[in-house]
Amino acid sequence: MIKIDHLTHIFYKESTKEEVKALDDVSLEIHEGEHIAVLGHNGCGKSTLAKHLNALLLPTAGTVEVDAVDTANEADLWTIRQMVGMVFQNPDNQLVATTVEEDVAFGPENMGIEPAIIRQRVDEALDAVAMTAFKDKGPHLLSGGQKQRVAIAGIIAMRPKYIVFDEPTAMLDPIGRQEVMNTIHYLNKQEGLTVINITHFMEEAVQADRVVIMEHGKIVLSGKPKEVFTQVDLLKEMQLDIPPIAELAALLHKENKNIAADIMTIEEMVTELCLWK
Amino acid sequence: MLKDITIGQYLPGHSFLHSLDPRTKIIAVLIYMISLFVVNNFFGLGFMLLLSFVVVLTSQIPVKFFFRGIKAIIFIVSLTVILQMFMTPGEIMWQFGIFKITKEGIHQAIFMGTRLILLVSVTSILTLTTTPISLTDGIEHLLKPFQRFGVPAHELAMMMTIALRFIPTLIEETEKIMKAQAARGADFESGNLVQRAKAMIPLLVPLFLNAVKRADELAMAMEARCYHGGENRTRLKALQYTKRDYVAAVLCIGMVAGAFTSRFI
Repeated sequence: MIKIDHLTHIFYKESTKEEVKALDDVSLEIHEGEHIAVLGHNGCGKSTLAKHLNALLLPTAGTVEVDAVDTANEADLWTIRQMVGMVFQNPDNQLVATTVEEDVAFGPENMGIEPAIIRQRVDEALDAVAMTAFKDKGPHLLSGGQKQRVAIAGIIAMRPKYIVFDEPTAMLDPIGRQEVMNTIHYLNKQEGLTVINITHFMEEAVQADRVVIMEHGKIVLSGKPKEVFTQVDLLKEMQLDIPPIAELAALLHKENKNIAADIMTIEEMVTELCLWK
Repeated sequence: MLKDITIGQYLPGHSFLHSLDPRTKIIAVLIYMISLFVVNNFFGLGFMLLLSFVVVLTSQIPVKFFFRGIKAIIFIVSLTVILQMFMTPGEIMWQFGIFKITKEGIHQAIFMGTRLILLVSVTSILTLTTTPISLTDGIEHLLKPFQRFGVPAHELAMMMTIALRFIPTLIEETEKIMKAQAARGADFESGNLVQRAKAMIPLLVPLFLNAVKRADELAMAMEARCYHGGENRTRLKALQYTKRDYVAAVLCIGMVAGAFTSRFI
């Protein structure tokens, strides 16, 4: 379990010489096996929050604990980074080596694992993201979605319990986005990894177990997608998009109270409407 | 177009030389260079020439690659040959005004010319038969003993790896920026050298800015993947000497011995 307790983070901005409160008294618990989506506008603090989960940033006040280990504890730094993997937004700027296979091996190599075991982990990781066929290719020959999958494999090879995705699909085309989302779901459902997906795509958030919405460094809304996305007026007030089906359901519900307001997917909508035939 | 540039121009293959450990190859090239300058008579030079042919043949690399390498240095070779021919003092064979060719000069010219050509051909075999990754690995291992004296072996190798990784990416980005600037009327082709150099400035500024930003993000991604320098780091493909490397070592010793003995013939 990752336990975030009254976390505050203050940046000192060099250009304007003022302090910026990026995170303001945030508390959140992330349970094992969960798939959490964190939503919010640019600058709402969601990326800052993500970087606290594996000690890339340390709290100004409050604590972050990963399996009861405090991230501020420097002696446990590498244990924490191994447990909490992180995939970043730009697929190009996180691949280090000149071939796919060598890149996936980068994390385990840093951890000082035996070559034979690295070999095994690399093969398994590449298999999990369906990139085995590309293992000898250079990263520059891959598409955006493929590069991002290699980045994910690089994290899986470190055998983490939690993976934080910091807007992993923001720079991808729709096909690449679908590839990456499928991989994320596979890891969460089949491999039992805990997924924390920082995003601004509502379609991705709908598929999560829990949605957390942030604004001005605070958590303003949190709950199951059905609970969060039915609060259409509140979301609109925050100028957030609403998943199209959820919005349609809300409109239909306004006209006819017999239609449920908490419909999130096309399949559910079809079933619901067919009852009215 | 720019993307097609191959770095280090490695040619995949399965020859004896391809399968050698990169460390063996680097040391062998060094020994070869020394031997090449140890020999001082035609017996020795003939011996080295013969050896080089054998090496070239074993590498199974098309001859055109060697010609390409030689073509690149043809100017330096001709300059050296001409200078040696005219500038070496000794027994005069032919004279025209202040220009004179000496017997010693011809001798020197042949030696230096052959040496340079052999040097370029054989060293290019190193990069042609070794992948950039194993080459950096080899350099890292060979520099390790010098770490004590402050040589940053691991850091140098990591820098080379990252440079190799990002060259294609940066080339691609350069093309993109060039197209974007051209679309807004930038002209990279006409004008004299100064004007063309000036036209490159709006290209270089965004390129450098982006490179710095990339470096920043890459550093964070590397840290997130537990990177903390070369300490306790293992490798997926650990370098290992095999029987072939010992065979190569014996051959290298033979080469040096041959080169030295040739001096006394």
